[in-house]
Amino acid sequence: MDNIQLTNSEKILSKKPQKEKNILLWLKKNLFKDWKNVLLTIAAAVFSIYIFAKVLSFLFTSDWGIVTNNIRLLMIGQFPVEEIWRVWIGVLFISALLGLSWGLWRGVIGHVAVVIGSILLIFGIIPYTEESSKMYLFISAALIPAFYFIGRKANFLKVPTLVLWILYLPVTISVLNGFGMLDPVSTNVWGGFLLTLILASAAIVCSFPIGLLLAVGRRSELPVIKYSCIVYIEIIRGMPLIMVLFIGQLLLPLFVGSEIQLDNVLRAMIAFTLFSAAYLAENIRGGLQSISQGQFEAAQALGLNNIKVMVFVILPQALKAVIPAMVGQFISIFKDTSLVAVIGLTDFLGIGKKMAANPEYLGKYLEIYIFIAFFYFIFCFLMSHVSKQLEASLGVGKR
Amino acid sequence: MCFLAGLFFLRRGEEQLDKQTTSTPIWRNKKTVPIILQAAFVIVAGFALYFMITNMLYGLEQIGLTLGLDYLQLKASFPIAESLISYSPEDPYIRALLVGLLNTFKVSFFGIITASILGVIIGISRLSNNWLVNKLAVIYVEVFRNTPLLVQIFIWNFAVFLPMPKIQEALRIGPFYFSNRGTAIPWIQTHSNTGMWVIIIVVLAISAMVLYKLLMKKAIETGKSSYPFAASIASFIAGCVLLFIFTGSGPVHFTAPAVQNGTFVGGATLSIGFLSVLIALSIYTSTYIAEIVRGGIMGVPKGQTEAAKALGFKSSTSLRLIIFPQAVRIIIPPLTSQYLNLIKNSSLAMAVAYQDIVGVGNTVINQTGHTIETIFIMIAVYLFLSLATSLFMNLFNKKFQLVER
Repeated sequence: MDNIQLTNSEKILSKKPQKEKNILLWLKKNLFKDWKNVLLTIAAAVFSIYIFAKVLSFLFTSDWGIVTNNIRLLMIGQFPVEEIWRVWIGVLFISALLGLSWGLWRGVIGHVAVVIGSILLIFGIIPYTEESSKMYLFISAALIPAFYFIGRKANFLKVPTLVLWILYLPVTISVLNGFGMLDPVSTNVWGGFLLTLILASAAIVCSFPIGLLLAVGRRSELPVIKYSCIVYIEIIRGMPLIMVLFIGQLLLPLFVGSEIQLDNVLRAMIAFTLFSAAYLAENIRGGLQSISQGQFEAAQALGLNNIKVMVFVILPQALKAVIPAMVGQFISIFKDTSLVAVIGLTDFLGIGKKMAANPEYLGKYLEIYIFIAFFYFIFCFLMSHVSKQLEASLGVGKR
Repeated sequence: MCFLAGLFFLRRGEEQLDKQTTSTPIWRNKKTVPIILQAAFVIVAGFALYFMITNMLYGLEQIGLTLGLDYLQLKASFPIAESLISYSPEDPYIRALLVGLLNTFKVSFFGIITASILGVIIGISRLSNNWLVNKLAVIYVEVFRNTPLLVQIFIWNFAVFLPMPKIQEALRIGPFYFSNRGTAIPWIQTHSNTGMWVIIIVVLAISAMVLYKLLMKKAIETGKSSYPFAASIASFIAGCVLLFIFTGSGPVHFTAPAVQNGTFVGGATLSIGFLSVLIALSIYTSTYIAEIVRGGIMGVPKGQTEAAKALGFKSSTSLRLIIFPQAVRIIIPPLTSQYLNLIKNSSLAMAVAYQDIVGVGNTVINQTGHTIETIFIMIAVYLFLSLATSLFMNLFNKKFQLVER
């Protein structure tokens, strides 16, 4: 009897209210409810039309030469032209991986793959890219759907794909650097968007294990370890990033002595890693705190020792709960990499700043900075979209 | 049967346990293991620190520097464009750092105020029933929070304020002047009666509050509204008007700026760097505050609004007395951390030549080479600012906290 009633009521509930097809009704309800709303709507409409017209006229009347003539510089900085194939290997590799993962897991990875593919295609179509680059761009854009179909058919590739993802960053960096076999390309000439991406990914990948240890350490019962972790986390979180970068640039060489040579990019990477680890630790600690005491006790009752309890029971649940927060952390690190422009590296913003200082493009500040802002916006917006989707699909905060 | 068997195993287990405790190996002893682990940690960390400190001392020796704070008394000999206290290149480094600290404080203080106002407006627009207003707020939040703050600061500095006309041909909008050497705004100026005004205003405010409390108490006792809020406000305004007639002047003078001989006279002149950082910082932080405000208001259960309606509250009264006090409880902790972020982000000012503590500290480091000491001073400054902000917000939080019964 209960069952029948339940199904009945569910049917009634699942019936959606009739969609308002009447556009006038919709307008009245959402824009012109009463005289206050009418005033508000008119003011907002005038304001948005004004802004929209201004933006449009700016987009179509200004001279975008500073961007279109320097696309290569903006993307890879002063990376030597004859070694440019190394960058393309990285791009091809990641396109293939992205396509493969899309086919294997579907879901939100598809959104990322489509956006990245469209960016590659757009750069391939616009007339400002060099002919040689166009070929690579089209191939990498084509790799995404190709590997998508492979991924859909070959389900057994899940584990190898994960391994490839983990290997991706070290392999790419060593190819770019020329792992001993190739001519080394000094990190001094790495630049543009390439440097931004490398700094952000290296920081997030390297800071993850450190942050994990710090988070577990902060919840440890051993006072020495606990307070060391607390002191580290709170000091770093109390400092502005730019000061951590200064410490990396000025103090790090002093601390490691003169035998070990660290170049500017590596120092910035270390500074970002140390900075990001403290924030990541707090995110992960939030996840650890969300696990109920019962989980610890149950795992211990099963006879697992402390390390096994952590690795097999607590961390998988805790990390799953903080994935969206970690994506948020990645977004902020990605945005924060622009700070290296202040300490003289030529990342995406740094190279833009240098180009704007070129007398050939006098006063083209708005054009170049709007382009840079837009490019950052696409990637940050994409990531925050991914974070929202993950939050929904993992059911965080809903039980 | 099962129960008996279970008991049997339990007993066996206990016996085994008893046997083992007599000879627990050292790596499983609950008393020694933590001590060993911590000792190992201390040794490793100690070695790392020792390595770093010896390297550092050796490096300093090579350059010919010794640690110490004596250098702070030396002559700074670099100019700072804007300062809240008097400063000249003749002053010592310590005073230069103090100027930097005050500049950081200035931009953070005004930044927090403007970011909060903007954030609350956008956050409420985000909840508006009006489709257009709602969508505009969404676009605002998405655009400004998804672009790096430094890019925004650069856009304001290089693309908006720097191309402004020269000071002689300054762009004039109402009482505001915009030029490539700064923006002049009307500002208050104190005069001889200001001190008296402040004292009397405080007295008036206190008496108005007392009046409000008394009338409210009476209203609750008698059950008849005696308009406590209107009465107290009216008494305050009446007092101010009487004072104005009596003294013949307001509490402060407003002075409007004007251009004379290539400089601004009167009002207050805001430098380009300060303005770009202030505007970019306020807009960037306001997007986060807007989301916090929206979350806070949405976090108040809907039943509260409905209950207030059922009790016959007007919607504005229920917002003021029921929804807002509960939303504030949710809003304050994340708001505090956004304020701390704003203070830390104000350090980006050095990228546009606004001399905050990091900018001044950087110059000091470059001139003297005393990297470690200066960095420690900067850390201490930020620690102090963060603690002060947290303390203030905690006081505020306590006032609004839920009174548990």
